[in-house]
Amino acid sequence: MGRYVLRRLLQMIPVFIGTTLLIFLMVHALGDPIAARFGDKAPDPVVAAQIRAEFNLDKPLWLQYVLYFKGIFTGDFGTAFTGEPVIDLMARSWPVTLKLGLTAFVIEAVVGIALGLVSGLRRGRLTDTVAMAFTLIVISIPVFVLGFTLQYLLGVKWAVIRPTVSYGAPLNELILPGLVLASVSLAYVTRLTRTSVAENLRADYVRTAVAKGLPRRRVVTQHLLRNSLIPVVTFLGTDLGALMGGALVTETIFNIQGVGYNLMQGVRRQESATVVGFVTVLVIVYLVANLLVDLLYAVLDPRIRYA
Amino acid sequence: MRGATQAKWVMAAAAVALAATACGSGGGGSSSGSASGGGGVVTAFWGDPQTTLEPANVNEVNGGKVLDMIFQGLQEYDAKTGKARLAAAESITTTDAQNYTIKLKSGLKFSDGEPVNAASFVDAWNYGALSTNAQLNSSFFGYIEGYDKVHPDAGKPSAKTMSGLKKVDDLTFTVKLTQKFSTFPDTLGYSAYYPVPAKFFTDHAAWVKNPVGNGTYKITSWTKGQGMSLVPNPEYQGDMKAQNKGVDLKVYTSDETAYQDLVAGNLDVMDQLPATQTNNAQSDLQGRYINQPAGIVQTVSFPLYKKDWNTAQAAKVRQGLSMLIDRPSITKTVLAGTYTPATDWTSPVLGEAGYSKDMLGEFGTYDPAKGKQLIEEGGGIPGGKLTISYNADRGNHKLWVDAVCNTINKALGGGTCVGNPVGTFASFRDQVTSKQMTGLFRTGWQMDYPTVQDFLEPLYTTNGSSNDGKWSNKEFDKLVGEANAETDSAKAVATYQQAEKLLVQEMPVIPLWYQNATAGYGANIGNVQLNPFSVPVYSQITKK
Repeated sequence: MGRYVLRRLLQMIPVFIGTTLLIFLMVHALGDPIAARFGDKAPDPVVAAQIRAEFNLDKPLWLQYVLYFKGIFTGDFGTAFTGEPVIDLMARSWPVTLKLGLTAFVIEAVVGIALGLVSGLRRGRLTDTVAMAFTLIVISIPVFVLGFTLQYLLGVKWAVIRPTVSYGAPLNELILPGLVLASVSLAYVTRLTRTSVAENLRADYVRTAVAKGLPRRRVVTQHLLRNSLIPVVTFLGTDLGALMGGALVTETIFNIQGVGYNLMQGVRRQESATVVGFVTVLVIVYLVANLLVDLLYAVLDPRIRYA
Repeated sequence: MRGATQAKWVMAAAAVALAATACGSGGGGSSSGSASGGGGVVTAFWGDPQTTLEPANVNEVNGGKVLDMIFQGLQEYDAKTGKARLAAAESITTTDAQNYTIKLKSGLKFSDGEPVNAASFVDAWNYGALSTNAQLNSSFFGYIEGYDKVHPDAGKPSAKTMSGLKKVDDLTFTVKLTQKFSTFPDTLGYSAYYPVPAKFFTDHAAWVKNPVGNGTYKITSWTKGQGMSLVPNPEYQGDMKAQNKGVDLKVYTSDETAYQDLVAGNLDVMDQLPATQTNNAQSDLQGRYINQPAGIVQTVSFPLYKKDWNTAQAAKVRQGLSMLIDRPSITKTVLAGTYTPATDWTSPVLGEAGYSKDMLGEFGTYDPAKGKQLIEEGGGIPGGKLTISYNADRGNHKLWVDAVCNTINKALGGGTCVGNPVGTFASFRDQVTSKQMTGLFRTGWQMDYPTVQDFLEPLYTTNGSSNDGKWSNKEFDKLVGEANAETDSAKAVATYQQAEKLLVQEMPVIPLWYQNATAGYGANIGNVQLNPFSVPVYSQITKK
């Protein structure tokens, strides 16, 4: 298994290089970012040339990429147009997004699996029908509608909470944004768990366990749930990355200065250093989350082994 | 225990993963900064500045807000009339509209105690002009003699200082311009002309991190991406003394979010209310809402570098198109009353100093029949199809472009005019400045200082710095030159307007409407005014 992990880690290198290159090319394809810095005025050619030189924009594209990559290895992710190192931007936005993402992840995993298990065990009964109707509603409402509505009702109309999250994003203020961010995934987790549980309920090993006379509690947690979680874990794993990168809408609604906000600003200003830097870290998060999912399979299902 | 060993490997992989991503975290989240400033401190809407806060490098509103609070220029603009009045300057005198003598008030200090003297201005201006410093607003020093030496069009500068700037004594300096420019003193309230302390040069990095100025406020803390706290500057002696105990600027991810905070009472003052909320603002804020014309005119320009648009007859087509735009109904419905139909190429904030209510004349009124006739006389629309390009990433440009196309299509037949969205402002401006436009395109102008010269010279003279459509007219250039040389301000304005009449004849750019400035404020906030640049006058705001 050690070799497997090592191999997977090595495989990340070409993926990493490929994605950064792709993103680099895409940001470049948007056009020259310098003109926008002069607002509605025509760019001053000398000043524009100097700014281009400062950010290596005057060099051929392949050289820009090489220089950028060289920088990454020395811990230099480049600078934003404000003169601020991108690494500082990351240092202050990643912890915030990590907090929000994990809050959402916990909500989604705990509530989703619990709800799915209950409705899976009581398939066709009232609990199940209500749960299914609820998830269907959540899936069909766009995240920003849900976000704005909850923000308006709870924050402005009834004034139960602050409509926006204060700086530094304290955990208690992240519950509502976390819930909004998790909402759609939560519904999917519920439905996945439900189907999986309902299916495995009729599996041979469950019948055997019941026939052995094991207590119902043990049958459900040890045999049924553990095996039913495999597809759910796959979904949760890939969703972890999506929660980090996809928090853009939620972050904007609730004034959370995280990765999504900085990424959006980077795209608007066409700062390739900011965009590539943030996406690079996002790619790493995706890759690692995927690896963890694959390894978790082996823990959940003894039949799966890695050599 | 198979499961246990497996789990061990999962942990190991997780540890590697954490180590790999650890470079992204560390020491970031300081949870300081109380959100709602109590005790007379006003909280205000803000966004991250896009540049360093060097005076000659700031050309957008977020950086500009800070500069106006922490600096006092030679002149300042009255919030109500837009007129320039002396601030740091004791007097600005000239006899020939080309050589100016500027005398400073004595005893003025920067917030760190350093005196404000002639060198503070001369050094700051030389720094701003020198091309190797790559300041975005360098061109503002373009009228000063010797600018071409420190800021040549290409290559390295051959001098470090401008020959037209001379220190006479500690509090006096002279400025020699390359041409007569009678409204030059009125421009001196702009942020590019602010002074800087010696520390700006001796320890530049520290100054950029924590800018020090001579204005109403001084910065106490600045957390990038979150906000900035300002308190009254004890050294400040001007007329605009702070009427509150300080200002907390808060960075918001979007104006919608900030608006919710404003309505909920967590934010005291917000300018630039979101366009989608302007219908609700009056009732949401129970009248604590400002909506007034600003020094911003929205226009559409023709690419006159394209032959089709630059024929002898094409002026008629351009005039005709102007008559096909239903300005009053678009501003009222589509733009929710936050714009005012344009009647000239300047702005109502100028008042008698150059604004005209009837410059556009019949071409400003919606008359589809007459407009269509003019277009036909002019040979029709080149190629029969019309596009209006705009940037789709911000603002409400899509809304009004579609509306304008609608009114044009109503007269000329469906499908004649379509909008052409460009992804981001950056690539849109890139296409405009590299002359890639084939049809009409969105242009707008936010004045730098409230003079009619600023609305005409940079935009429509042959070598104008922002002449996007590349219109060129010798008569216009000549008249602007004459107006610049005229020392009598009333006569100067009349000559500028004479030049503006040429725009009516040629219509190189169609004026659409003036953007209004909007703002909202909290229940315990008083005396909120917007200056001619649509920015709240923070120093005069009171908080109970």
